[in-house]
Amino acid sequence: MDRYNGHIILSEIGHKGQEKLSKSKVLVVGAGGLGCPVLQYLAAAGIGTLGIIDYDIVELSNLQRQILFGTSSIGKNKANEAKAKLQDLNQTINIIAYPEQLTFQNAIELFGQFDIIVDGTDNFETRYLINDASVITSKPLVFGAIYKFQGQLAVFNYNNGPSYRCAFPDKPEQGEVPNCSEVGVLGVLPGIIGTMMANEVLKIVLGIGNILSGEMLCYEALSNQNKIIKINRNEAEIENIILHKNDFQNQKMNKICSPEDIEASIEVFLNKQNVQFIDIREMHEQPKIKNFNVIQIPLSVLENQLDLISRVEEKAIFCQSGIRSKTAVSILKKHHINNCYSIKEGASEIIGYINKSNKNVIHK
Amino acid sequence: MKIKIKYFGMLTEVTSCEEEIIDFSGILISELLEVLFIKYPNLKDKKFQVAQNNELVPVNIKISSQEIVLLPPFSGG
Repeated sequence: MDRYNGHIILSEIGHKGQEKLSKSKVLVVGAGGLGCPVLQYLAAAGIGTLGIIDYDIVELSNLQRQILFGTSSIGKNKANEAKAKLQDLNQTINIIAYPEQLTFQNAIELFGQFDIIVDGTDNFETRYLINDASVITSKPLVFGAIYKFQGQLAVFNYNNGPSYRCAFPDKPEQGEVPNCSEVGVLGVLPGIIGTMMANEVLKIVLGIGNILSGEMLCYEALSNQNKIIKINRNEAEIENIILHKNDFQNQKMNKICSPEDIEASIEVFLNKQNVQFIDIREMHEQPKIKNFNVIQIPLSVLENQLDLISRVEEKAIFCQSGIRSKTAVSILKKHHINNCYSIKEGASEIIGYINKSNKNVIHK
Repeated sequence: MKIKIKYFGMLTEVTSCEEEIIDFSGILISELLEVLFIKYPNLKDKKFQVAQNNELVPVNIKISSQEIVLLPPFSGG
């Protein structure tokens, strides 16, 4: 029996439709609450090429809704973990994991390699970037977003339909609208909306049914109410995106967890009072910091040792090269631990600074 | 004229209700919003679009529906 027999015996799909699915290329941005169910159904349906881009790592609190992951995924990259799980589900399709952040610099080239873009991200910064890149590359965009018990679903840039900016022209400021990890979300809600997003992708590829273009479906999980609201194309908004397409790649991301604002030099902290210095390297890593008041909490166990982190002092967090420390700050931020700074220097350099500074150094 | 106002997402946290009936004597959607901003001062700081007859519309047009929807953008995923 054919893997896709369920599709093939449907007169609306058949061998011809299944062939269309196997030739299609879909990029899913964000492998979180929405991305997981989208990916799962698209992989199962036999979408020929499935791209997954996500720079984030799996945390314990994701498992309540991000159904591709298990406890063994914790601490690992979401795109890579999703790929491993999906490849087991369907080894006949090509799955490409991009364990990196979508940026103004990589979006256009990446989108160019796919037929349909799916937005399963969790912040406006990336959502507007995805919309604009979809307009510039003329790709249909399947959009889903959630808030507590409510969801929004739409298809943008489809057959000259409206874009996300036609519905919401003004990008909210960072922090203006909280995301799921900040306000909570009913775990099954992204499952419902994500599954409906996968449905829109399949309909677009197969050319069947009515595509949710020029409309936004607003779903309310507590009352089971749906409302479909019409969105008109706003030519000025679309033209503005096209007009600035040459500048697109020169734009800079307002960082989502704003690692840039939280990045700092060790020099700033060495002369400060009330700072907790945290080494998040693994226990075996060298060189060790000696003669200096620092606690070591390896990144791999950081989430289990949150009680060691000071809630009153500023936290100066460092690692071997200043990269993992950013991840650590993002993790702490998600746990609402503020005043954390990622030290841009690595351990060796930090030792140099410590030796130069008199503070806290015990002279032999 | 009695108008049903429906609030979505984080707007319900400002209004403490998902919908309500407002007795309104004005003409434009923007006038209705002025009434709502007096009732809920924090609503003014929120970003949202307005729909009537289940269609997103600009606020400088006449009210032609018994139901007005205030729809904010969601970012969660």
